[in-house]
This record gives sequence, C-alpha cells and structure tokens, in this order.
Amino acid sequence: MMLLELKDVYVNYNHIQALKGISLNVAEGEIVALIGANGAGKSTTLNAISGLLKTTGGNIIYEGSNITGHSPQSIVRSGIIQVPEGRAILTTLKVRENLEMGAFTRKNDRIKDNLDAVFARFPVLQKKAELSAGNLSGGEQQMLALGRALMAKPRLLLMDEPSMGLSPILVREIFQIITEINKQGTSILLVEQNAQMALEVSRRGYVLETGHIVLEDTSANLLHNEKVIHAYLGG
Amino acid sequence: MFLQQFANALVLGSVYALFALGFTLIFGVLEVITLAHGAVFMIGAFAGLAVVTKFNAGLIPAILVGMMASGILGWLIDLLAIRPLRKRKFHHLAPMIATIGCATFVISISQGVFGAEIYRFPFDFMPATSYNFWAMQLTLLQIIIVGVALALMLIIIFLLNRTKWGKAVRAVAETPRTAALLGIPVERVFQLTSFSASALGGAAGVLTGINFNAIHTFMGGPIMHRGIAVIILGGMGDIRGAVVGGLILGFAEIMSVAYLSSDFRDAISFGLLFIILLVRPAGIFGSNIERKG
Repeated sequence: MMLLELKDVYVNYNHIQALKGISLNVAEGEIVALIGANGAGKSTTLNAISGLLKTTGGNIIYEGSNITGHSPQSIVRSGIIQVPEGRAILTTLKVRENLEMGAFTRKNDRIKDNLDAVFARFPVLQKKAELSAGNLSGGEQQMLALGRALMAKPRLLLMDEPSMGLSPILVREIFQIITEINKQGTSILLVEQNAQMALEVSRRGYVLETGHIVLEDTSANLLHNEKVIHAYLGG
Repeated sequence: MFLQQFANALVLGSVYALFALGFTLIFGVLEVITLAHGAVFMIGAFAGLAVVTKFNAGLIPAILVGMMASGILGWLIDLLAIRPLRKRKFHHLAPMIATIGCATFVISISQGVFGAEIYRFPFDFMPATSYNFWAMQLTLLQIIIVGVALALMLIIIFLLNRTKWGKAVRAVAETPRTAALLGIPVERVFQLTSFSASALGGAAGVLTGINFNAIHTFMGGPIMHRGIAVIILGGMGDIRGAVVGGLILGFAEIMSVAYLSSDFRDAISFGLLFIILLVRPAGIFGSNIERKG
C-alpha cells in the first residue's frame, strides 16, 4: 500500500492555477524526488499536502484515508511533517525552544528522549541549545529545521529545497543525513532545484513543469534521460 | 519630595505598563492594533466594582472578576470582529477599524446601562493605612497596585517563556505559517492571546478604578492614547518595551506635574515620546524586521 497518494490534485494560488491535476505517490520507506524549475508548482504541492493551501480538485490519500482539506494541525498529528523552504526557523526562540515546538503535538513525557536523540545526531544544536536561533549559520539552521521535524517523529517528511543557500560540502552533509533518516524508516518526499543531488539519493522521481507532471521514472533512469539532462542537470 | 514623586510615578507607571502589555501582546500575535482595549479596560473596572457593591467582595475577587469579564469581552471581539477579517486575509487596517466599532458599541451600551455618572467604591473598601519607606509615604492601596501589576506582568512573562502554550504564542507571533507547520493550532493561539491580553486590560481597569476611586464609561479613552504611546515608545509587540515604556510614561507624567505644571502634563509626556521616536524610530526595544507569511 502507498503511504501517500495524490490523485489528480488541483490548486489555485493567487488566482492562478498552480497545480493542474497532478498525481504522484510515495511508498513506505521510499525517498521520492520532485524536481522542476522555479514556479513549476513544487512548493505548492508540498503546501497542499500540509494543508496550508486548499485544493480545488482531486484527493490526497494518506495511509488509505482521505486527508484532503484537513487542517495543518491534524496533518502534523498524523505524521506528515514539512521542512519548509528557507527553513523557517523561529529566530526569536531559543534553539531548544524551536526543537520543543517541533514536538508540539506530542505528549510531554516523550519529548525528553526525542530531544536527546536529536542532540546526539546534531551535536552543534546541543552546544547552542540556549542561544536564540537567529544566531545560527545557514547550515546550522538547516540542521535545526531537520532536528525540529524529527522531534515530531514523522512517518513522512516533506523537504522543500534543503540544499538552498548551502555550500557544496554542507549540501553533501545534509543529504547524507536525509539518507540516514530514511534508512531508519522515515519516508521522504524531496523537492529540489538541485536535481542531481535529489536524483542521486532518491529511488524514484517526478518532473513537474507548470503545474503538470511531465515525467516519472526511477531516479537512475531520470539521471540518464536526455530531456532531464538538458533541462535540469546542465547537460 | 523626589522620592515621594518616585513612588507616585511607580504606581501610575505600573498600571500603564499592565495596560500596554495586553495591548502589545495582541499587536505582537494578531498584528492588530485593537482600539477596543480601552473599552475592555472600562468593562473590567465596572465588573470589579459590581462584585464589590453587589456581593461585598474583596479586592482579589474584584480583580479576578474584572479580568474574567474583560477576557471574555476581548475573546468575543476577536471572534466576532477580527476573526472574520483574518479569515478573508484583511490585515492591519480593516481589523483596526472594526475594533473602533466594537469600542463604540461597548461604550454606548455601557452608557445606556450605567448612565454618565461617576461610580465609586464603598467608602471603607480600602483601609487608609500608609507606610513609610525612607522619605516615601506609600498607602496600602499604592503598594497593592504596584504589587498586583508587577505580579501579573511577571506571571505573563513566565508563561510566555516557560510553558508549552506560551512558547506557541511566541512562535505564532513570529510566523503564523511556520507555527501551523509545527502543528500549533494558530486560531486557538489567537483566541488565547485575545483572552489573556484583555484580562490584563481588565486588571488595569480595576486597579485604576480603585486608585482614582472613579469609574465611568469614558475612562478607557485617555488610557488608550497612553497605551498607544507606550507600545510605540517601547517597540511595537515587544513585551519588555511595554513594561519599560509604561514606567517611563508614568514617570514623565508625574514629574512634569510635580516640577512644572499639570497643564503641561500631556505636552511633556507626548513630547518625550516624539523625541524618543526621532532617535529610535522603531521604539526602545523595537526592530524594523517585517513579519513574513
């Protein structure tokens, strides 16, 4: 059974039809890449899944039940967590408080263990736990965003442009961590402009162009697809 | 003489600070300047007075009932006037105008019910005991006002910094959209904020009513202007700013009355506001960062 299925989803955004009937799915344990140019509708897709944007048609099915139109809060509760574009760190809160807010929907008694696990994975966050999150560098902020998402014990992570604004070394590190998180059982839907990286770590991929899915295949095949190479891999 | 004025200024300033704290909290979280906060303050004073005159209640129940009445009124104003506009993505101006309507509505109804007369607490409500500290003479009433105002401010600051819901309020104040992605029920945070901030306004109303022993339907007006001045002075939406700004305005008013003339009171205190804004346009603690999303 698919963990997440989008069936013919339409979304209007600022009076423009941003998604024109897209269908995609993520199986349990997969990393799926969604690539495309700026404005193709990648973030819109994630925000529709997260319940931030209303769909005007189609259905979003998660674990076999229809979650179309559910509130962002109930979607987070069901285990779908988004790491938004630009990381959306709460800069006026401390690093530790950001992590605590990641576990907002969870019971208090579990938070401590979770926090320890996140600190073990990202030692830099423990070192800077009591600083306000606005003091972190770009790479540290991305780790905080990831750590905060892990605090919710996600079943499905929606990652929006995790490589944005990071140096190549940090991009490798972040993708390494994403792969590890996936190996421990979290499924991932990865939106990226860095198509090369995204297709290297994922199993399958979709190519989005102006609100339509124009290609879907295994990532290995997409990496060798002439159209993809020409349009997205700088070939 | 100076120390005595210092004590008087502390009393006035701490009530301004309490009023402004609620005001700035609503602005910080809902991004609405609620011009109904003065009317909410007045209703708190009347509710506090009502339990004292009808049920012979003491000071603490009066404050609690005042806070509850104002909290419920503030929650209703959010529910009926601000929320519908928020849902339709009208920010800032339209909700502000809506709150003017709410204020007018509440004040008119109150006039219909209470008339234009000035109400007072029973003669023996507060004992006229006073205490001497150095060269200051403080009445029991003044000590209670400062104590209650400071305690309420500390409680709010504690709740915002140490509790899960308090942190959620700060998260929503920074970016509602991010808060929603973390599973924080943003609408409930708006309601919680409206209630608590208005309850602070109600407490300020009861304390002011006792301090001047005068409660009337127009009492919210002057403090509204001061509240606006204080939160601009301190930095819009900033908690510390509201507290420090309230105290500064209290001191400015008392000192100008004491050493210059009461005729110049507002000219001096608002002149001070003008000068501070020339030097720091975003207020004492303010930053010019725009909220995203």
